[in-house]
Amino acid sequence: MVVLLGSPTAESAEVYARTVTEGDPSWVGPLAGIALGLPVFHVLEEEVKSQFDAAVYKEQVSIMESVLDTDDIIDAMRQVRDAVGV
Amino acid sequence: MSQPVVREIRFFLAHTPGLVRHGSKPTREIHANHSVWQDIRGSLRSFDDAVAYAPHQVMLGNMQPDDLNTAEAPWYENMLAEYSTSGPHGEMVNEDQFHGLLKAADEFDLVLLEEGYATRVAAELRNHPRVTDEEIERIQGVPFSRIEERLSSREGAIPLLTRDGATIGLVQTDYVDDPSLAPDILLENLAVKATATMALRSVLAESGTDPASLQYVIGSGEEAIGDRYNRGGGNLGKAVAEASACVNSTGADVKAFCCAPVHAMVVGGSLVQSGVFPEVAIVGGCSLAKLGMKYRGHLAKEIPVMEDVLAGFAVLMGPDDGTSPVLRLDSVGRHTVGAGSVQQAIVEALVADPLDRLGLKFGDVAKYATEMHNPEITDTAGSGNVPRTNYRLIAALAAQRGEIPTGSESRDKFVEEHGMPGFSPTQGHVASAMPFMAHAMDDLKAGEYQYSMFLAKGSLFLGRMTHMSDGESFIMEANSGAE
Amino acid sequence: MDLSGKRVIIVGERDGVPGPAIEACVRSAGAEPVMVQTQCFV
Repeated sequence: MVVLLGSPTAESAEVYARTVTEGDPSWVGPLAGIALGLPVFHVLEEEVKSQFDAAVYKEQVSIMESVLDTDDIIDAMRQVRDAVGV
Repeated sequence: MSQPVVREIRFFLAHTPGLVRHGSKPTREIHANHSVWQDIRGSLRSFDDAVAYAPHQVMLGNMQPDDLNTAEAPWYENMLAEYSTSGPHGEMVNEDQFHGLLKAADEFDLVLLEEGYATRVAAELRNHPRVTDEEIERIQGVPFSRIEERLSSREGAIPLLTRDGATIGLVQTDYVDDPSLAPDILLENLAVKATATMALRSVLAESGTDPASLQYVIGSGEEAIGDRYNRGGGNLGKAVAEASACVNSTGADVKAFCCAPVHAMVVGGSLVQSGVFPEVAIVGGCSLAKLGMKYRGHLAKEIPVMEDVLAGFAVLMGPDDGTSPVLRLDSVGRHTVGAGSVQQAIVEALVADPLDRLGLKFGDVAKYATEMHNPEITDTAGSGNVPRTNYRLIAALAAQRGEIPTGSESRDKFVEEHGMPGFSPTQGHVASAMPFMAHAMDDLKAGEYQYSMFLAKGSLFLGRMTHMSDGESFIMEANSGAE
Repeated sequence: MDLSGKRVIIVGERDGVPGPAIEACVRSAGAEPVMVQTQCFV
């Protein structure tokens, strides 16, 4: 099982990434305190992007690379995965 | 054939910190943990702070949207020295006045106010030019003991509190067995009616329109009025028409999540152009459910809980009068089913197609009005800067078509020139393009530019009937008869 | 991390990348979307 995110900011990407790895960081949802430890990526990350059909990615997603703060989102995802060890 | 024009638009804002506990997210989390309300209450703004908040002065028309580029940020820490509860685009009332307006909108004894409070509130509203004597009479209170008894003895009532935590009344259902008439839903619907009504009265008064001359009122909000057999049956439009003395009017609602106001403008403009109804009003009441939606993010950053304002609007459309800005019905952009969920396809449908049809370039539209959510509310809660994302998308498409250079520098230049900072309370459909229309009307009438585009998107997928979103757009043009 | 043959939970967002757009990419990589959501915070 893998989780793929389409979050618009680094902050929201981090919250979702933490929620499906170490548990809900806000401690209010059903996943509070539940560490699922699922591998999690943002759809803009090279690790998953390279596996998509290039034409499909270009049509469906690519314009958002220049719209969102892509580098910040990717950094946030890496930091969560490194910290949690998934 | 005559083209429909937009004659007037007005906003009605109510600062309602005490009602934040009735927003959807606070309600659920206070129910789970009562201390949440105390946490929220400690971060609620005073009325003065809410009025002196720069984005609200932009809503009221006392500042321009682009003034926010130079206003010292964060805006919630840098209150304006000069501010007013009213402006050329609307007015803002405090929570006491709004509780009075809820009672005034209530024809079924759903709202009970404590008698001393009711007397004080009625006195505050007595001189308001758009509150009737009959409504002032209706703002009668009951002894506090009756409110206490009702809240403690039976189900089917929720308390009304002020920002300071005092219980000053309640909202009750008159039919406990119907979940569609639960008190929280009735509160939401009464708030919608009150805000839309005040906005419509303002539009009629400011445009010098006899309420009896109006023939049709279209509601465009996200509320679901009805009982258990017709949840969402609606027709807020007619209820607001009645409350605004539009005796020769009927109405209906257009439902399309946050892009309903744009759909309603197109429907209303078409009714005018076809001659079915010479004058049509579009109203949108508030979205009470969204109060405090991102309170958790705001508390975590130790900043005010800024989703404490309800907003409604009303627009008056009519046949070409030679001066008012024209709604170009031949420019309407549609996010079609076939366009799917791809962001690029959506912007092509909503922005590029209308431009192509009118033979315009991206740069010919001076200002684009998208979802004008105040970024200080959304960005501080991790939800990003919604208008900026939309403007960047438009810029990216302009670059793809070779109309502006590629790269972030020209993108940001386009965004600065053709966009603006968000300034609307996060009130769903109300924030969708409409808040800029009042400013665009001023600019188009003053001849500052010729075209402004209005586009909105709706998150249909939230209702679980489709994975799709929706969107619609139109261009407004300065009236060539104005010269 | 090889997506091929994996089951995928998709949490898209209206103001980022919507769920169905991610779903199309996931299918193109030979993976199986088991849940597709799109969030909206305004």
